[in-house]
Amino acid sequence: MLAKRIIPCLDVRDGKVVKGVNFEGIKEVGDPVECAYEYNLQGADEIVFYDITASHEGRGVILDVVRETAKKVFVPLTVGGGIKTVDDIRNTLRAGADKVSVNSQAVQNPQLIKDGADVFGSQCICVGVDAKAISPNKWTVYINGGRIDMGIDLIDWVKKCEQLGAGEICLNSIDTDGVRGGFDLPMLKAVVDAVKIPVIASGGAGKIGDFAEAFLETDCSAALAASLFHFRELTVGQVKEDCRSKGIIVR
Amino acid sequence: MIAIIDYGAGNIFSVKNALDYLGLESRLTADPADLETADGLILPGVGAFPWAVKKLNESGLVDTIKAQAKVKPFMGICLGMQLLFDKSFEFEECEGLGLVRGYVDKIPDAGLVIPHMGWNKLEYVNDCPLFEGLGEEEYVYFVHSYKAFCENSELCAYVEYGGKVPAVVSDGKYVFGCQFHPEKSGKTGLKILENFAAMIKRDRV
Repeated sequence: MLAKRIIPCLDVRDGKVVKGVNFEGIKEVGDPVECAYEYNLQGADEIVFYDITASHEGRGVILDVVRETAKKVFVPLTVGGGIKTVDDIRNTLRAGADKVSVNSQAVQNPQLIKDGADVFGSQCICVGVDAKAISPNKWTVYINGGRIDMGIDLIDWVKKCEQLGAGEICLNSIDTDGVRGGFDLPMLKAVVDAVKIPVIASGGAGKIGDFAEAFLETDCSAALAASLFHFRELTVGQVKEDCRSKGIIVR
Repeated sequence: MIAIIDYGAGNIFSVKNALDYLGLESRLTADPADLETADGLILPGVGAFPWAVKKLNESGLVDTIKAQAKVKPFMGICLGMQLLFDKSFEFEECEGLGLVRGYVDKIPDAGLVIPHMGWNKLEYVNDCPLFEGLGEEEYVYFVHSYKAFCENSELCAYVEYGGKVPAVVSDGKYVFGCQFHPEKSGKTGLKILENFAAMIKRDRV
């Protein structure tokens, strides 16, 4: 059987790793290539670069980061942020990424999911989804880093992503992101039940047991965290050890 | 020198990156002369079987590949592994290189997610020089929707995913195939590539 994946995420702006809380108050925490290499040594199953560079001119920088990382890190690499067209996907994969993650652009132009999957295969296309509760067991989809409520029902949206050919959903809860009280289990459960494709839990990991909890309480395939790993509060290895001790299959 | 056969099918740079990282000399090439002088060959590949066969035929390398696979270590990766078999049923019946006995068809639908994507654990069947130094708990990274069907005599290791999925196959001589991506399988994958290179060195002596 497939092992559950632990995925560190690096938020990158202008070629530097940064970390914000609730999408605001951003500070720099290091060099992305070095961070990726460190995570690789810790046993990361995949590494996500999330490019939050605002300017168009800055876009080339993330490709250099991927190119350099791909020379020394031999696990799958995913790049998200600012990918708008099939050409963007092609350039990102050519730089050495194995997958791209599309988020706001996919909400505004769902055809991007289908076009990307048709040309490069579903396995390359991860759809990142930011969502927030409007009532118990009801959530809507946000874009632009959690700033704009699109009023689209989360469950409808993830089903549509799957139909369009998405290979994976990376589900980020705005309610739990940065709060560090654990993943948003009700939201996660609802999405896992709605689609067959793998779902990555994101937003809210604050302590070692949060990962195992997500795997034990839901059928999510992977769990992602950023700050917890950045600030060296936990290593990927420690998280896996905890999962393993609870009977979860990890690499 | 290891020749990485560049016939226009996909992610060849990550294989090259991994060999560079290990300090192993390699060349991306579509030149038959390079395949003949190389000490070992790697056939990568991402995409659909019939398309890759078409690309291989267009490259004019098929006869050279078949001849060289009889005389020096040869590794197919992912689709490159599937191409080693007699034939495939991906979209249409299509002839492969015929270097390993067996065929390729859809992973049977057992209610599991297809593609089979992620880290899965190797279950060893037959001894294989690629497994030198590996432990009992070794995970490697897969991305594929079709799998090989072959006899145990050709099977070195499999993984469980709604049944046995051949992970490493061999003709028992020079030809090896990895369904997973050793170049994306962390330390385990790098060790497998190193073992392939060590085989080349032994072969040269």
